[in-house]
Amino acid sequence: MNKLGASVRIALRALRLNKMRSALTMLGIIIGVAAVIAMVAIGSGAEERIREQIASIGSNVIIVLSGSITSSGIRMGTGNAQTLTQDDARAIARECDAVALASPAVRGGVQIVYAGNNWGTQVMGVTPDYLAIRDLEIQSGQAFTNSDVDSSAPVALLGRTVTGSLFGGEDPVGKVIRIKTVAFTVIGTLAPKGQSPTGQDQDDVVLIPISTAKKKVIGSSQANYAAVGTIVVSAREGRTSDAQERMAALLRQRHHLQANEDDDFTIRNMEEVFRAQETSARVMSILLAAIASVSLIVGGIGIMNIMLVSVTERTREIGLRQAVGAKTGDILAQFLVEAVTLSITGGLAGIALGAAASAIISYFAGWSTLFSPGAMAAAFLFSALVGVFFGYYPARKAALMDPIEALRYE
Amino acid sequence: MAGELIRVEQLTRIYQLGEITVQALRDVSTVVERGSFIAIMGPSGSGKSTFMNILGCLDRPTAGRYYLDGILTSELDRDELAEIRNRKIGFVFQQFNLLQRTSAIENVELPLLYSGARTRGRREIAMKALAVVGLASRADHHPNQLSGGQQQRVAIARSLVNDPQIILADEPTGALDTRTSVDIMAIFQRLNRDKGITIALVTHEPDIASYAQRILSFRDGRLVSDTRVTAPHDAEVERSKMPAGEAAQ
Repeated sequence: MNKLGASVRIALRALRLNKMRSALTMLGIIIGVAAVIAMVAIGSGAEERIREQIASIGSNVIIVLSGSITSSGIRMGTGNAQTLTQDDARAIARECDAVALASPAVRGGVQIVYAGNNWGTQVMGVTPDYLAIRDLEIQSGQAFTNSDVDSSAPVALLGRTVTGSLFGGEDPVGKVIRIKTVAFTVIGTLAPKGQSPTGQDQDDVVLIPISTAKKKVIGSSQANYAAVGTIVVSAREGRTSDAQERMAALLRQRHHLQANEDDDFTIRNMEEVFRAQETSARVMSILLAAIASVSLIVGGIGIMNIMLVSVTERTREIGLRQAVGAKTGDILAQFLVEAVTLSITGGLAGIALGAAASAIISYFAGWSTLFSPGAMAAAFLFSALVGVFFGYYPARKAALMDPIEALRYE
Repeated sequence: MAGELIRVEQLTRIYQLGEITVQALRDVSTVVERGSFIAIMGPSGSGKSTFMNILGCLDRPTAGRYYLDGILTSELDRDELAEIRNRKIGFVFQQFNLLQRTSAIENVELPLLYSGARTRGRREIAMKALAVVGLASRADHHPNQLSGGQQQRVAIARSLVNDPQIILADEPTGALDTRTSVDIMAIFQRLNRDKGITIALVTHEPDIASYAQRILSFRDGRLVSDTRVTAPHDAEVERSKMPAGEAAQ
């Protein structure tokens, strides 16, 4: 301990004697560490945001879309034909034990009016289960019930964006709005969900009972009164793929599809889609950190360079120290401590600078950044390692000098 | 105190400089008694520096044996030699070799740093050594604030802190004027007489060698003469005979 303390003091003195040089050498490490810290903060901020968005669509959500039908060899796009029905939704909920809840859904763009304000938004006709599937919460008022669905009641739940646009600061619960030409009573408002992973505003929505929607707002196919565009399903925990298979089999059977016919529906597991996005965000942040690490390595080379200069300049000092009894390890420790002091001090300054930089970036560019203590600790440790790694060669060179030649060095 | 401190037997040192082989020392054998004061003389290239380096455990002989204080040092490795240098040998150089921008007291402490002395004890020991050479009042001065003679005295204090068996001085007065040289020799003589420290100094000046009790002369790598000086000069007496110059302290 005594010797280490002495090494540290010798190193600090040597660094102080060459302030400008030490500062410039440290700058390399400072920039490197700051870059890594900022990039990791931005990368994990992006990941975190995607994770939040995944949470916002609800867990284990599977969406069944009305699929393309093939007519005389011409395949229509997804959703072109409403091949799904409300009965399909009921059957899925009843017969697939991997499925927790299922709600049919129809949607359409509408203009809604309250007092002098009007607002273009999306209206969705659903059953009460839809709220549970999507983890939607009622902020004020109450949700509609199955009896509202049965009676096609003209009641509506408003998302935050709609509330804001139509009512300003006024409390919407109990007010009457017009959707298209139909009068609806607002019975509740939805807690905000924010943006969906695809960038849509999930709060710009009006929920009404599906029966009301089909009868009065969106209209329905004349061929099949019960047809719906989508069925939104939540699978039981850990059984999403099981649920997908069961639903596919059930729907094929219910739609009387032959073995050689294509599905007339599409099953989409939303979570999978967004998990993929999360993975790509992670790859991106690893890539950013990797590029930033390159500058850290360049900083390390700077340390090695300056340590080599310093060892050469102090050859006589090294010779003297050896003559008065410094062992190989003593000289090695002296120069290693010097290199590590440079890199650690630079590392600490770099962490501070990186934190400041990511705060500035998130403030001005509006990117979310996540600043983790783990990343800080890793950056600190890594900068210390850089010091040891790049300081070792010059220190070894010093330690293995021949004392006679070192003393004679001019 | 009596007895032999150094015994060298058939010491040979060969350097390989590219294709040329240089025999720097050839078959040198001698004994140096404890508490003696020897001067090593010879023209440049005579092998006196090589001999000093081996005595100082800075170099190892190609052949032959070197016992210091009963230890066969020619068998020791790098770090063991460093420890011998630290515990038994004090060095004084022509160019002083003080660390610049480091105070006198810290320069004197340097060998203690490598012998594991406690921080508090170090300062005390170093202060005593500085007092021995009469520089206690300059402890906090840096080398560039000291005269040549004072710097060399700091270097002597540094060689003293580990209570060495022997002080090896390589041209210690080579960079100093005559009066200061005599001052330095007076310190060596006093250390030799009062503390019984063995002194070996390399010089090419007969004046300086005349303060030693014994003169070893080298030529072409061989020890060519070994003279006992019957009445070595006394530096204190010499100094008193000199016209009063600037105060040495």
